[in-house]
Amino acid sequence: MSGAGLSARIAEAASRLLSEGSAEVVIGFEQGSIPMRATPCLVTDPSDAGRLVWNAFCANNLARYLEPGRKAAIVARGCDSRAIVELIKERRLKRSDIVVIGVPCTGMADPRAIARRFPGLRVTAVDESDGMLVIHGGPEPVSVPLDEVLHASCRLCARRNPVICDIPLGDPVAERDPGFPDVEAFASLPAEERRSRVEAEMAKCIRCYACRSACPLCTCASCFADSSQPQWVGRGAHPEDVTAFHVMRAMHLAGRCAECGACARACPTGVDLSILNRRLASDVSELFGCRAGLDENAPQPLAASSMEDSQDFMLDPGRKRE
Amino acid sequence: MTGTNANAGWEPRIVAFLCNWCSYAGADSAGVGRMQYPASVRVIRVPCAGRINPFFILSAFRRGADGVLVSGCHPGDCHYISGNLGARRKFALMARLLGHLGIEEGRLHFTWVSASEGGRFAEVIETVTERVRELGPARRNAGGAR
Repeated sequence: MSGAGLSARIAEAASRLLSEGSAEVVIGFEQGSIPMRATPCLVTDPSDAGRLVWNAFCANNLARYLEPGRKAAIVARGCDSRAIVELIKERRLKRSDIVVIGVPCTGMADPRAIARRFPGLRVTAVDESDGMLVIHGGPEPVSVPLDEVLHASCRLCARRNPVICDIPLGDPVAERDPGFPDVEAFASLPAEERRSRVEAEMAKCIRCYACRSACPLCTCASCFADSSQPQWVGRGAHPEDVTAFHVMRAMHLAGRCAECGACARACPTGVDLSILNRRLASDVSELFGCRAGLDENAPQPLAASSMEDSQDFMLDPGRKRE
Repeated sequence: MTGTNANAGWEPRIVAFLCNWCSYAGADSAGVGRMQYPASVRVIRVPCAGRINPFFILSAFRRGADGVLVSGCHPGDCHYISGNLGARRKFALMARLLGHLGIEEGRLHFTWVSASEGGRFAEVIETVTERVRELGPARRNAGGAR
């Protein structure tokens, strides 16, 4: 179903849920103030439901906007729903408080990738049809397949349809889990190069915490990065502090990260946080056999343990070194 | 030992986080047994391996440790039933992540030592010291002093 058709059905469902009182708020997207942007939009009045849209630029993870104790309906694709599942498992949200308006997703377009594809083009509007984006702004409209301008996280998406869903809209799309080719590619680099790549990424960070603000699973009431007693990590942009912040944030998200990539998309300087988060997701999958948000009933891997867990990484002084 | 020529006379500084109920007592028992092991470790006693926040490990490296050792009770022997098992999951991820980021694997070690294993404690310290000595002093981050 095209974006426009879905938008109308989302608006219709939102209006119905608000007027019958099954939700206090509907969390969705509205058209952003500039082309190629959609903005999260919280609708509380049925007459505003028409503002809701669904298109290829819905970059945020809407689970971020759910609040405990507020009955909310939320427009959710695979990654949003994975975050919701994790939040419910952590008992930060009640399943009964949430109405999931499920939408299938074929990936979101990256405005930066479009700018790279058409250098110098001042985009004024984008239309979608059948997996093609028609981009207006030049003398003639130009088109590009959506698949070729996806966000990195969408190219590597493991779940395109919602995991939990109350009101399914649109036809489910075929799932395709590409695994972790990015992690394998990075891991195959020599250690020195990995280290310098990480240092280069960290050097871009200005500590604005947009990653943290955009992350649906960054739910701590007070973040370790803001703590001054003890001060876990310095406030400045010193490389050691920056690296410590990002490594610790990644550790906090281990086994919980929905791999939506909202952190990387929110980043104003383009820090590639997937180096950390995707590695942890791949290790969690390999060591503990689970992926965040894909199974409602599986315990979170770091809230569980087993006598049989691998301990190959541990030191055994009696064992000969290879 | 290889590669010691360049670092002749250099002794690594290793921070060891030891569980109060096993490894710390194991270190004690190594002492009581008058076992010899390198004087390279600085011991920090913790109530359980599960108490160790990955941040402790990072902080140790950031503040000048050349190596870090974490030691707790053998699986099944935890004073708090399963603190060491939860820790093992955390450490498995931490060890791989640091390796992924290009930190040499030989700088961070995890092991189990029980209260009666003084000999094993001495062996662990010898092994860890040797591995870290081979790697030489830890490279500080390119950003210079804080």
